[in-house]
Amino acid sequence: MIQVWKNNRERVNDAIDGFFGSIAKWWVDFFVDCGRASIFFYRSITFLFQPPFRTEELIKHLEFIANKSVIIICMTGMFTGLAMSYQIFLGFQLVNATNLVGPTVGLGISRELGPVLTGLIVAARAGGAMAARLGTMRVSEQIDALEVMGIEPRQYLIAPRILAAFIAMPLLCGIFVFVAMMGSHLLCINLLGLDPAIFWDKISMWLNPGDIYQGLIKAAVFGVTFATVCCNQGFYAKGGAKGVGDATNQGVVNSMVLIIILNFFMTNVIRFVYVTFIWT
Amino acid sequence: MESAVVLQDVKKTFDGKDYVLNGINLEIPRGQITSIIGFSGTGKSVLLKHILGLIVPTSGYIEVLGRQLDTMSVPELIKMRTKLGVLFQYAALFDDMTALENVIFPLKEHRSKDSPAEWEKIARGKLSDSGLDAKHFHKLPAELSGGMRKRVGLARALALNPDILLYDEPTTGLDPILTEMVDDLIADTHKQNPGSTSIVVSHDLFAAFRISDYIVMLDKGTVLLAGKPEVFHKSENELVKKFLSKGLKQE
Repeated sequence: MIQVWKNNRERVNDAIDGFFGSIAKWWVDFFVDCGRASIFFYRSITFLFQPPFRTEELIKHLEFIANKSVIIICMTGMFTGLAMSYQIFLGFQLVNATNLVGPTVGLGISRELGPVLTGLIVAARAGGAMAARLGTMRVSEQIDALEVMGIEPRQYLIAPRILAAFIAMPLLCGIFVFVAMMGSHLLCINLLGLDPAIFWDKISMWLNPGDIYQGLIKAAVFGVTFATVCCNQGFYAKGGAKGVGDATNQGVVNSMVLIIILNFFMTNVIRFVYVTFIWT
Repeated sequence: MESAVVLQDVKKTFDGKDYVLNGINLEIPRGQITSIIGFSGTGKSVLLKHILGLIVPTSGYIEVLGRQLDTMSVPELIKMRTKLGVLFQYAALFDDMTALENVIFPLKEHRSKDSPAEWEKIARGKLSDSGLDAKHFHKLPAELSGGMRKRVGLARALALNPDILLYDEPTTGLDPILTEMVDDLIADTHKQNPGSTSIVVSHDLFAAFRISDYIVMLDKGTVLLAGKPEVFHKSENELVKKFLSKGLKQE
């Protein structure tokens, strides 16, 4: 009987070890990947300042990341604005503060939801595509072919993608915020009957350009983050189709987790800079 | 005999324990077709990647066209690579470019002073020399057959008139007719580019003996035998005999 109890306890311990072990392993792998991505970023970004400058590639990737994401960003922005406005309206109605729905939605969208959701959506769409494309190029020896042709693959493939994401993300975030506010306007004014003058007056009173810039800065950082992480995973993919699938999956998951973690720290850093250098 | 590639005691391990290359000593003659043969997993492709400078050896000395690889700076290595042309196992064509664009690509990168019309003229010439029909020039790699892709890959490798042409298992996965076509293509290309050196990594013994001037056989990461084809026929080495009898019988 004692033996059975001991075995059961061992099993429970094993299960706990397995559970916590797998969580610990995930975090260790995550930080290792982040470290590798940082080195990869440093090595790739130096090529932006060395000739030949890949303007043609930059434009191609800008078109892919920015132009082709506009529709999906507009759709998600619109419905985010609608849903958020409705929830905030319901809450503020309880304390008779519906006049503040506009600025609350505006602050939330421009500072937090705009850049984070734009980052997550574009990371999933363009970041996944980057990892898959580079992974396929790696396993089909196209990257080796570039190298033996005397073309530095990081300069040709990676640096323009990172720069394109850096430029495109603030633009997409701006579109997201604008469309979300249109959604908020549509719901609050046309459906819930709030006064449009009060709605926009309160927004202009509480929302500063600094709040919008904060979101745009975050979006640019998220762009660099997902482009670096996904390119790093794709660039070093190995093992055929499975390897490409794993690299894509890992790239997108790591990008999303990093965007959410970075958002918290950036919020604090930007707040600190704002309070220390701008308010004083 | 002048050497295009010299390797001295080249060793390579990826995990610190097992050596893929275990002291390779080899001189590949200039201006000839050299085939590197051997059983699977003997380090043929790894050796090729060392010659290309894609893999750094754990120890040893590699000299390509009179230049020691490990002392070269990155710009020097890039410049040196323009003197090498490679036909990869599955051609490694850029799948978002047409056949013609694939061949124009290295010209655009390394001959930026030439006009686009000149690039196109050279690329069309190289594709025609490789035997690709003009009606396929504007097709994407996915629309081409295996043999056509090899032809485009070869045209791209030849675009910059390289001093050394390397073929990584050029006939793997092809049917016997295509295999013979690719072998003839290698021999014809070599004749059309006098003075160039061709290095073919292959399992295909029949082709190796048919087209090569010099053959290198690898075993367990070392050179088992190197010499002219007749040296192999006269060899008393059991492994060489076994490899030849099985390989040539299959052909």
